[in-house]
Amino acid sequence: MSPQSDKQSINVKINGNSVSQKDNGKRSVFETNDLNLWYSDTHALKGIDLSFNENEVTAIIGPSGCGKSTYIKTLNRMVELVPGVRTTGEIKFKGKNILDKDFQVEALRTQVGMVFQKANPFPKSIYDNVAYGPRIHGIRNKKVLDEIVEKSLQGASLWDEVKDRLKDNAFGLSGGQQQRLCIARCLAIEPDVILMDEPTSALDPKSTLRIEELVQELQKDYSIIMVTHNMQQAARISNKTAFFLNGEVVEFEETDKLFTNPSDSRTEDYISGRFG
Amino acid sequence: MVEFKPNHLVRVKREQMFAFTMLSLAAALTVLILLAIVFYVMAQGLSVISMEFLLEEPRKMGTEGGIFPAIVGTVYLVGLIILIAAPIGVGTSIYLNEYMPDGRFKSVLRFATELLAAIPSIIHGMFGFLFFVIALGDYTGGWSILSGALTGVVMILPIIIRASEEALRSVPSNLKEGSLALGTTRWYTIKKVVLPLALPGITTSVILAIGRVIGETAAFLLTIGGSLLMAASVFDGARTLALHLYLVAMETGNVQMAFGTGAVLIVLILIINFAAAALFKLLVKRFSA
Repeated sequence: MSPQSDKQSINVKINGNSVSQKDNGKRSVFETNDLNLWYSDTHALKGIDLSFNENEVTAIIGPSGCGKSTYIKTLNRMVELVPGVRTTGEIKFKGKNILDKDFQVEALRTQVGMVFQKANPFPKSIYDNVAYGPRIHGIRNKKVLDEIVEKSLQGASLWDEVKDRLKDNAFGLSGGQQQRLCIARCLAIEPDVILMDEPTSALDPKSTLRIEELVQELQKDYSIIMVTHNMQQAARISNKTAFFLNGEVVEFEETDKLFTNPSDSRTEDYISGRFG
Repeated sequence: MVEFKPNHLVRVKREQMFAFTMLSLAAALTVLILLAIVFYVMAQGLSVISMEFLLEEPRKMGTEGGIFPAIVGTVYLVGLIILIAAPIGVGTSIYLNEYMPDGRFKSVLRFATELLAAIPSIIHGMFGFLFFVIALGDYTGGWSILSGALTGVVMILPIIIRASEEALRSVPSNLKEGSLALGTTRWYTIKKVVLPLALPGITTSVILAIGRVIGETAAFLLTIGGSLLMAASVFDGARTLALHLYLVAMETGNVQMAFGTGAVLIVLILIINFAAAALFKLLVKRFSA
């Protein structure tokens, strides 16, 4: 592990367990301490120590198979859907270890939303897609639902394009619109953190740009952790960047520094395109 | 330079022509056989079909009169079987597909289901006779619609389970993940995302199972009793159309009346198959267009 990530882990450990840790004056929402994960016998994550700040965009980059998607899926425990997964260590969300046996995974996932690599709207109307989450939480009042749907679609900058056809099936939207719909669906449950797993990798450049702009907009109200295979994207929109390699964090730094002056030679090799 | 054989392409094309001809002949033969059977049975049977035939009770072992009790018996039996088998079958497939972790027990269970589906129906009939008619006779009424229905349930459960599982498996996992990631429970996800998408397939599986029951004879021969009288309850004996056909032909040799019954049976099965196709389309449109 590089000096940088060592420093990071020390930083986390000194700060201890309270919610109100300070890192450049910002509060940490998520942190993982010595997080290890195995798929059956494969050691996919090796002692990950990371901490994510409120209202920041953190990018996670690295070559295919480095564990970045696996890692982000541990943060809302979606990784548990894979049979044979085992985790050790600690994942603290707002000061509580979400890996604790009695931690309610459903409660976690309403505070930590997720946007997937491939847009996955439900085969329902645009309206019902966005209202899906609020309805789980017992909101039946039509007026309240209308408000949430409008607010969420506006938040995902999709409202103007769909306001006249909310009852249409979501499958009629373009790929980029579908992905923004999934973001709106995620906003409707009012999460604190939004996890994004390569949200633009299946999109054309124009749709990608819209999502990137949207992410920067969302940063005001949400903390965003985004996996991306696109280094330019990470450089453009993130505050901090973590570089994963073979299940380890090689470097975790301010994005500007990581891309202009990386401390680890492997980071430099990767961002300059020597491998990956 | 490679020298191409000048006539090779012609030969390849000729071979393709031959293959297409044979394949289309095979397809045509299949359709012809179906049409031949349907028309033959219809032609033979239509002469005896009348309102009287459909709505009256049989007289003289079914050589005279109608087949109304057999129609009623069929409806009772099919209704009862579906009422019992559909929830159990669909429930099992949901459990297998959505909840049960992969492992040895699951494979054993799947394999057992396959085996159960492969058992000849007369064996089901034999089992039904010994178990539902004899052993549980005090509760089922011996030879009765209930005994027949329970036997039918055992017979079609694997069909429903296998087809429903197929339908459930076809639901994309990224939709399930999308739902779970919003903080829903697995059951809510099943209710709101999985079942609506799988419903067309599940419905079809149930309807095809109905078709299987309607055409079945062996399993009911030993369990339902074969009574010619109108059944008053599920504890009474009865006949299905298929069983009536068999018994009339075997016991009285009155082929005309048997063909009449056969014609009704074929029409019924055609209706069910067309209904299944239409319902499938409707459900697909309703839930996933």
